[in-house]
Amino acid sequence: MKYILMMSGKKSDFEGYAKWSKQDLQANVAFMRAFSKELKDSGVFVATEGLAWPSEAKLVRAGKDGEPITDGVFPESKEFLAGYWIIDVESPDQAYKIAARVSQAPGPAGKPGNMTIEVRQVLSSHTDLGL
Amino acid sequence: MAEQVFDIQIERLLRELAPLVLGALARRFRDFVAAEDAVQEAMIAAFTQWPREGIPDNPRGWLIQVASRRMTDHVRSEIARRERETAVARDAETIAPAVDIESDMDPDDTLILLFMCCHPALTSSSAIALTLRAVGGLTTAEIANAFLVPEATMAQRISRTKQNIKSSGVSFRLPSPEERAERLPAVLHVLYLIFNEGYASSIGAQLQRLDLAREAIRLTRSMKNFLPQDAEVAGLLALMLLTDARRAARTGPDDQLIPLDKQDRALWDRSEISEGIELLSAALAKGAVGLYQLQAAIAAVHDQAARAEETDWPQILALYELLKRVSPGPMVTLNHAIAAAMVHGPAKGLELLRPLDSDSRLAGHYRLDAVRAHLLEMSGDYESAIKHYRIAAGRTTSIPEQNYLMTQAARLDDNTKDADKKTVPRTHGHNPEPETL
Repeated sequence: MKYILMMSGKKSDFEGYAKWSKQDLQANVAFMRAFSKELKDSGVFVATEGLAWPSEAKLVRAGKDGEPITDGVFPESKEFLAGYWIIDVESPDQAYKIAARVSQAPGPAGKPGNMTIEVRQVLSSHTDLGL
Repeated sequence: MAEQVFDIQIERLLRELAPLVLGALARRFRDFVAAEDAVQEAMIAAFTQWPREGIPDNPRGWLIQVASRRMTDHVRSEIARRERETAVARDAETIAPAVDIESDMDPDDTLILLFMCCHPALTSSSAIALTLRAVGGLTTAEIANAFLVPEATMAQRISRTKQNIKSSGVSFRLPSPEERAERLPAVLHVLYLIFNEGYASSIGAQLQRLDLAREAIRLTRSMKNFLPQDAEVAGLLALMLLTDARRAARTGPDDQLIPLDKQDRALWDRSEISEGIELLSAALAKGAVGLYQLQAAIAAVHDQAARAEETDWPQILALYELLKRVSPGPMVTLNHAIAAAMVHGPAKGLELLRPLDSDSRLAGHYRLDAVRAHLLEMSGDYESAIKHYRIAAGRTTSIPEQNYLMTQAARLDDNTKDADKKTVPRTHGHNPEPETL
């Protein structure tokens, strides 16, 4: 079964991150690299992407003529997706364990960030034979 | 066209030869892990060369030669590594000449490999992947594509699985009759899962994917050739054929699921049905009735009804009662409740569902809500039926199931609204039993 692990943050989180010390940033990057390698080595990796920062994010909808209407004004409380991993695992518990692992990515002064990771199952084209 | 036929010929030949070549190499070099890699490389070489240059006069010899050359390279580099590390003397004995390996080929190897790859100590996804590669002769890319994961992930999964087998010390030999009896259920389960994966996902955009259902049928067929006396192996093959027979009828033009009672039965594959029934009758005559034979028998009763209304529900109910004794579980109870509703009315079915509410194995599973919705609809309680269809839709992880359940709720909702305005007879839903049963 496939799960997506989503890491999100408010605009203030992204701005805070930009001010981390070089050492803290390096530790975080090293952790993320090691995490990706763990996923690949254990044969569960499906996909991962990191997204550009929300400063350039736009909300888009079609106007009456079908042309895009963009809006880029967001409330401070809005959560933005920072990046995600898709994994293929045997059980929800395995997905939660992996999410908890990445939640420990080090923050300032090397302390585990314990960020909240949203875990959602990915729909499949499967049907249940029900036997 | 001719090229395509030729490619299919090559594919068939390679898939049949793969486990035999692997068996001979694993025995000769006493290294399953390296032999499996070498055979995979030889298979890929054949896939690229044979369509261009034609099938060699002796395809088995060709594969063995290419694979054993890889093995020899591997052994040489292993020896060099050991010499560097410990200065152990060169063990020339381990490098075998390729020529006489061919005489080592043994048809039983397919069976040995199946027992090895479906070892109960492995997780099911590991066992499935390794079985498809080592026994099925599929390439890592094909398997990765079938499960929609990157090739590197599948390669890693297979290599970890082989390391697990190696470290657990499973030897390359035919298990004793007692071991075989003990481990056969795990093998059958893996084959069943491969079939389920293929059958259940053979929808729409997935058509380009490798046909895992056909692969499972092929592997189970070869298993049956080796264990012709085993009634459950025959039962599993019968179940696969009797289910696969409905494949063309189970989805509509927009990939929507079509429940069993709405299927165009003219589309069912008669030859698969008669082969399945023949296999099943012979298996049942042996006396040792097991879970696959019973499920095949239920599939056979459905397949034998010319119209949905002619389905012999009392017989299906009796078979589920047997199944409940042989292999109890919440899914069986669920299906038993449907059969009971068809025979004794929806109230009976709903009553049988009640204990499942507190069954933790089914907690939050959409199937319980879906069945309850069907039975509520049967009983005329449309409002509750709509509610449960929607709960089920929210819980399923399958896009086709979700569409199906949402459509059921919407249909009932529309009918109910129409009926408020004018008295229109509510079109009676559908078989409460999902097509997939």
